[in-house]
Amino acid sequence: MNAVVTILIDGLTYASWLFIVAVGLTLVFGVLKILNIAHGSFYAIGAYAAASFVAWAATMKWAPGFSIVAMLLAAVAVAAVMAPLTERGLLRFFYGRDEVLLVLVTYAMFLILEDVTKLLWGANPYYVSQPYSLFGNLHVGVQTWVGYDFFLVALAVVVGLAVWWVLNRTRQGKITLAVIHSAEVAASMGVNVSRVYMAAFSVGIFLAALGGAFTAPMISVQPGVSVGVIVVSFAVVIIGGLGSIEGAAVGALIVGLARSLAVHVAPVAELFSIYIVMAVVLMFRPEGLFQRTQARKI
Amino acid sequence: MTASATAASAPALARATPRRFGVVLLAAAAFVLLAAAGYVFPRWLTFLLTMAAGNGLVSLGIVALMRGGVVPFGQGMVFAAGGYTAALLYNKLGFTDALGLAVCGGVAAVLVAAPFAPLLSRYRGIFFAMLTLALSMVAYGLLMKLDALGGSDGFNVGRPTLLGQKLPDDRVGYTLYLLTIFVATIAAVAMRVFFDSTRGLVTLAVRENELRVEYLGGSVRRAMAINFVVAAFCAGLGGALVVLSLGHIEPNFSFWTTSGEFVFVAILAGWQSVAAVFIASTVLEIVRSFSSAYFPNTWQLALGLFLLFVIRFLPRGIGSLWTKRRGH
Amino acid sequence: MTRQTSLNRPWQRAALALAGAAAAFGAGTAGAQETFKVGIVSFLSGQAAESFGIPAVNGAKVVVDAFNKGAAPAPYNKVGFGGMKIEAVYVDENGGATKQVQELRNLYDREKVDAVVGYVGSGDCLAVAPVAEEMKRFLILYDCGTPRIFEDNKLQYVFRTASHAAMDNVALARYLKARNVKVESFNLINQDYAWGQDSKKDFTLSMEKLYPTAKPGEDQLPKFGAGQYGTEISALMAKPAEVTHSSLWGGDLQAFVLQAAPRGLFKRTQVVFSAADHVLPGLGDKMPDGVILGARGAYGLMSPKSALNDWWWDLYSKAYNTYPVQAPYRMVQSLLGLKLAVEKAMAANGGKKPTGEQLAAALTGLEWDSPAGRIRMALGDGHQAIQDTAIGKTRYDPAKKMVVLEDIQRFPADCVNPPANMKSEDWIKAGFPGAKGCP
Repeated sequence: MNAVVTILIDGLTYASWLFIVAVGLTLVFGVLKILNIAHGSFYAIGAYAAASFVAWAATMKWAPGFSIVAMLLAAVAVAAVMAPLTERGLLRFFYGRDEVLLVLVTYAMFLILEDVTKLLWGANPYYVSQPYSLFGNLHVGVQTWVGYDFFLVALAVVVGLAVWWVLNRTRQGKITLAVIHSAEVAASMGVNVSRVYMAAFSVGIFLAALGGAFTAPMISVQPGVSVGVIVVSFAVVIIGGLGSIEGAAVGALIVGLARSLAVHVAPVAELFSIYIVMAVVLMFRPEGLFQRTQARKI
Repeated sequence: MTASATAASAPALARATPRRFGVVLLAAAAFVLLAAAGYVFPRWLTFLLTMAAGNGLVSLGIVALMRGGVVPFGQGMVFAAGGYTAALLYNKLGFTDALGLAVCGGVAAVLVAAPFAPLLSRYRGIFFAMLTLALSMVAYGLLMKLDALGGSDGFNVGRPTLLGQKLPDDRVGYTLYLLTIFVATIAAVAMRVFFDSTRGLVTLAVRENELRVEYLGGSVRRAMAINFVVAAFCAGLGGALVVLSLGHIEPNFSFWTTSGEFVFVAILAGWQSVAAVFIASTVLEIVRSFSSAYFPNTWQLALGLFLLFVIRFLPRGIGSLWTKRRGH
Repeated sequence: MTRQTSLNRPWQRAALALAGAAAAFGAGTAGAQETFKVGIVSFLSGQAAESFGIPAVNGAKVVVDAFNKGAAPAPYNKVGFGGMKIEAVYVDENGGATKQVQELRNLYDREKVDAVVGYVGSGDCLAVAPVAEEMKRFLILYDCGTPRIFEDNKLQYVFRTASHAAMDNVALARYLKARNVKVESFNLINQDYAWGQDSKKDFTLSMEKLYPTAKPGEDQLPKFGAGQYGTEISALMAKPAEVTHSSLWGGDLQAFVLQAAPRGLFKRTQVVFSAADHVLPGLGDKMPDGVILGARGAYGLMSPKSALNDWWWDLYSKAYNTYPVQAPYRMVQSLLGLKLAVEKAMAANGGKKPTGEQLAAALTGLEWDSPAGRIRMALGDGHQAIQDTAIGKTRYDPAKKMVVLEDIQRFPADCVNPPANMKSEDWIKAGFPGAKGCP
């Protein structure tokens, strides 16, 4: 009984982390049709920015609770700076090109950002410790969990609902959905497609940076943090279906629970459990579990 | 093939025969030139060119698939298959002939790829890319786990022999260089012939408009499956040759970044010219080598900028610089 | 027009590349007699940069500088190497073993270095060692841990100036025994690649010999670079054990400590880390007290007191505002050994710059003093070093605002390293025959 509860809780906390980290990737693909390998780099920059902002908040003698606000601001700052820079300054030149070509462009961005991050923040590790102890601990049976992990679950739910609500219940969101279905038709109806792209990309970066910022308290922020995130985000997004928010949530849950099961029951299988799930889903439902029906142009 | 297809291929063949002869002549001349150059080049340069040629073979396979409109992001899997086969045959069975190992590598890669070909031929675009990536990462995971295949450290391969001859100490690098260039040249000519053949032209048609090809009686799935297998053979060949020159193999051969670099070379080359593939591969090796030397702290930045530069300013690849635009 | 410029560029690039190559030749051959060129290869980017690569390269920079000024204490006080100024070329080890083989060839053939000192990754070491051997050029592996280099091969031109990793986990197990820690079961969490798997195996086999009744419990193998250990920590906490062993390092180790400590893992079990000293300066008070850890040698806070060590400690701390941990120590002991080998070879050949063969002959079986104690090239036909090691326990000192190591136990080289004629795994399985001087 206890073991099952542990597996479920672990699966849920890991899935929440995965969802926060991966949702930006699926949004960017859904709207701009770009599979952004540099997603991991924006995550890392978010983590570094959070470290800087929280340190600054500490020097300003803010109460520890405000460190959460500082992390949020860090994510916003990253999006505000990086989105125009990368979207207008770089990606814009490659719109309309082959999807896989864009993947290579984002791979180049990833390489560049790795070194830029190292130049800006150096190679030393950064720690963001105040937020981690803000929420106390939770005891269930023999286990103890840090409250922060459950805060992330709440955050994931809030983020998921917020993105869904914006897309489906606001005017801007519905326009974005129209662009997702067909940019051409939307443009011919008078939508400023490039502005929608810009907005969607900014939100995508914001979400990536948010993931990084809120992960920062759990890790040591140093060169190389982007690498581990890229493949795992891809797996979640591909399983759920590129461009689908619900898919990202379900994908995150599947991966989280699968991994939790593997770790508790058969740790040996953990290494490639994620790739196998990804490959199996791709073989039977290649568009992912929640795919929008696409009209095929002849 | 149907009547219309044969009718279409007849003028193509008639055009091709004198052209084919020209291609063979050009390839032979290139080989002789490179062989002579390799004799005088410093060792690090012949090694770099050997690597470029071996990696170029993989990108050649990718170009074959690109002509059909799909881009595989998981050629690392078949590259590793060829490499591991050569390495295992050398170490476990004591089979040391370099040419034989290369061919075995190609065949093994085909055996690994063949079961997936019918499945993969159904997909296009980003899903094709992602599925191939997923498969190559599963292979990576397996290679990391299996201690029998060396685990995450991989294992070493000794010096091969060639056609029964032991390779003398001072000539090993040059001999393997010659062998790799030779195999690359043969493969290049063969691929050129394949691209100009009926099957190759049907592949181009698939890239244009699949529905029309089906309507005219061609099988899109068969074309793509065959291209996938051909690409696997090239990659396996390349993998074996690279392993023999490198003397070491590891699971990284199947990692997604390795596959990504092969795709980059294919895109840098464009899909019109076969020679462009090897030139592009050499350019990447040179850029990588010199960024490492001159920017030890920021070579990733240098490489990334180079990639962007190429994608931006050479939209149809190096090959477009000297091939005539045909109708589109 | 775009066509015009894009037509020129590939040719321009090729010409530039060839010009660059020619310049490199010219620069390499000029002044060859006055300088000794050393290629130094370590992680300047990627996950091992912060913990191992950059500290080691920093150590190299400051030591090479000191050598060139003749500022090191005797017997290292000659300027440069035997009067020749040292010129160091740095190469990033990041990018995979295939790239490293190419870089090594470039270093020897294009940069024309006289020796290469490098390699943290075991996979990289295994890949480059045969290449140096085939090229007949001198190579020192300064950091990688796998015992396989000299246990599986005989090499003439390749040397390793630090003990291999078997020592770390044998010492860890012996420390537990020496401190009479009661162990009925032990949990394991190691990264799922060669380093983690080998460390786990060495520790498990050593424990079998020293604690015959103890059983391994949880065996977690997270992916390298995972960074998220919540699930693994739950699994470890669900299965109580007296000791929890890990060979985690770098960012992964720090993430594990940050995530496990608040959940009380460190209070429930005695955690032992095989190679953790490098995270102490960064983690500070976030590192729980009472953790038993090693540094893969008598390094950092566990280094033995000596004039040489004091000199080195000051040299590094003044330059970088932090004390040297294991990586720079391994680099300095390697450069000290190289210096002595060069000078010994020059004394034998009449003062000329030594060839690879002469260097190899000079370094074989050599012994020298380093800030971490005496280094003896005793295994692998005189190519593989052994050295003493030490294990300690952490405690945060609020006055000094840093973690200090207490209860330090030193282990002489002959206690924790296999003898010359046995492979490490066989030696451990046989119950450490021939181990001398064990506490």
